[in-house]
Amino acid sequence: MTRLSWFNTVSLTLGFAFLYIPMIILIIYSFNESRLVTVWAGFSTKWYGELIRNEAMLDAAWVTLRVAVMSSTIATVLGTMAAYVLVREGRFFGRTLFSGMIYAPLVMPEVITGLSLLLLFIGLGLDRGILTIVLAHTTFSMCFVSVVVSSRLVTFDRSLEEAALDLGCSPFEAFRLVTLPIIAPAVISGWLLAFTLSLDDLVIASFTSGPSATTLPIKIFSAVRLGVSPEINALSTIMIAIVTVGVITASLVSKRNALRRQKDEQAAVQNA
Amino acid sequence: MGQNVFAPWTDPAAEPLIRFQNVTKRFGSFVAIDDLTLDIYEQEFFALLGPSGCGKTTLMRMLAGFENASEGRIELAGQDIDGIPPNKRAVNMMFQSYALFPHLSVWDNIAFGLRRDRMAKAEIDARVDEMLKLTRLESFARRKPHQISGGQRQRVALARSLAKAPKLLLLDEPLGALDKKLRQETQFELMDIQEKTGTTFVIVTHDQEEAMTVASRVAVMDHGRIIQVATPEEIYEGPNSVYVADFIGDVNLIEGRATASGEDGYSIEWAAGQPPLSAQSKRPFTDAQRCHLAVRPEKVAISHDRPEADNAVEGRVLDIAYLGNISTYHVELPSGLVIKAQAANTRRIARRDITWEDTVWLSWSASAAVMLAD
Ligand SMILES: Nc1ncnc2c1ncn2[C@@H]1O[C@H](COP(=O)(O)OP(=O)(O)OP(=O)(O)O)[C@@H](O)[C@H]1O
Ligand SMILES: [Mg+2]
Repeated sequence: MTRLSWFNTVSLTLGFAFLYIPMIILIIYSFNESRLVTVWAGFSTKWYGELIRNEAMLDAAWVTLRVAVMSSTIATVLGTMAAYVLVREGRFFGRTLFSGMIYAPLVMPEVITGLSLLLLFIGLGLDRGILTIVLAHTTFSMCFVSVVVSSRLVTFDRSLEEAALDLGCSPFEAFRLVTLPIIAPAVISGWLLAFTLSLDDLVIASFTSGPSATTLPIKIFSAVRLGVSPEINALSTIMIAIVTVGVITASLVSKRNALRRQKDEQAAVQNA
Repeated sequence: MGQNVFAPWTDPAAEPLIRFQNVTKRFGSFVAIDDLTLDIYEQEFFALLGPSGCGKTTLMRMLAGFENASEGRIELAGQDIDGIPPNKRAVNMMFQSYALFPHLSVWDNIAFGLRRDRMAKAEIDARVDEMLKLTRLESFARRKPHQISGGQRQRVALARSLAKAPKLLLLDEPLGALDKKLRQETQFELMDIQEKTGTTFVIVTHDQEEAMTVASRVAVMDHGRIIQVATPEEIYEGPNSVYVADFIGDVNLIEGRATASGEDGYSIEWAAGQPPLSAQSKRPFTDAQRCHLAVRPEKVAISHDRPEADNAVEGRVLDIAYLGNISTYHVELPSGLVIKAQAANTRRIARRDITWEDTVWLSWSASAAVMLAD
């Protein structure tokens, strides 16, 4: 290992401090005994206990999770299909219009998207609840998925699909057995993107949620307006923990795959 | 020739397996295949030869079902194949770009087509192992395509297309990335497979020697048209045009004007002050018609003394290309024309008597040259 120069050490420290000090402060204060956020009064886990007893908060968390899973899954299916057709099917009537239109929600202010969805739901007579939030999140995250997937598809070698057809696949089998496995990393990133977008969306959810279903960001936001409570800190710490575990698991899985691949290669070399 | 020589194209009653009838393929305004008519018979080993971009791959893609003809009709076993999707055709194609599935191992790539046929597992295993052995890839079965060399990838692509034992196999430059020895061995393997299974092969190659070795017939293409279709011998010995003569093998072309002399014989005025050359041709030429005389270098003899021959011309040795078993002599005639002559190297270099700047005689018989119209 080489030693870092003082300049590199300083920039590294500053950069990481900038990123993580707010979160560290939040975590520390979630273990604060005192109700006052800014005064340290000794270590305690009592706010976590309070949180578990706070059913409104737990409800909101459960709603958020369900909405995120459902909307990101639907958005991934629809977004992948849209990307596939737009990239693959060459020129069909209205293609340019479609591909332009699919990107429009990316630049549309969220307030407008939320408002227009609200008007639509009222017009349709849909009661606002989980269903409407899922529909709204699907609508705006689908275009993100489609952007991610189509950027992978344009570099995808068409002859692979032709080879699959040639070897007896129906077009759907060719997609399932050849195209999808190869573009899977892009599809998964698209899903993750849609999932996180849905998790932390506040604006669109506040237009489309109803009294029967409130998401966590809305709950936190309205709670904070009445003053930051250590309970919110505890909740945020749990979310940070979940995300950290997720990231570490993902990197461990990919590392294990890389190791296995390496072992395969070695085995192949030894056999040769 | 014997009775049972394989030549269905000479039999007017034979039904072709593939029939192109006035097929034209356009990409936008670009004509890739131009009013092409061609019959290919069952169990043929048919080679397509031609310069890059002349439409060889396009022709194959139409057979495999990836392109539709803009005009004309393509029949496979008597059936119009327009609109039949690729997966419903008993045709397999080996892609010029290999198109191996990157997420599957070599083994799974080869098994891919067999699995689509819902073949029993034991049968698939046996078939894949057979293909691996044939292409000498046994030790690479577990690797992914990106972990093997270019030549090995080409062999995987070949094995994958052979595995299903289709009625018609389209090979787009199947052996280009192999070294010479492996290529020759694979060529013989292909011919062997073809004999055993009776599969019809259509093969694209840039290597004329390969076409000559494996093919029952060769088609020479240019700009989306077929210039000549014939057996390798006919193409080599009796090209129908300057283009084909020049494209297949090495050739000396001498331009001149023909005058009939005797039955099938012509004398050709080719340079002022030089005696005319004599040649034979079944194709008739009118008097004073411009023609090209095509003579293969190996049919031109080289000597110090004037030989007794139908045609003899004197010149000066410009260059000698030593190719091991043979040498090619480039001889400049007084008219400035350079003629190539080939001679077998039966003696060691030090004892060879013709060298640079020597004045030599080149000679060939009247029947050695082919007369070609413009
Ligand atoms: N999809 C396409 N769109 C437009 N032009 C095309 C298309 N496919 C092929 N062409 C053109 O048609 C011509 C014939 O192409 P083809 O691939 O058949 O050539 P080829 O004889 O196989 O050449 P090579 O020996 O280099 O493989 C080329 O000029 C090519 O540019
Ligand atoms: Mg080609």
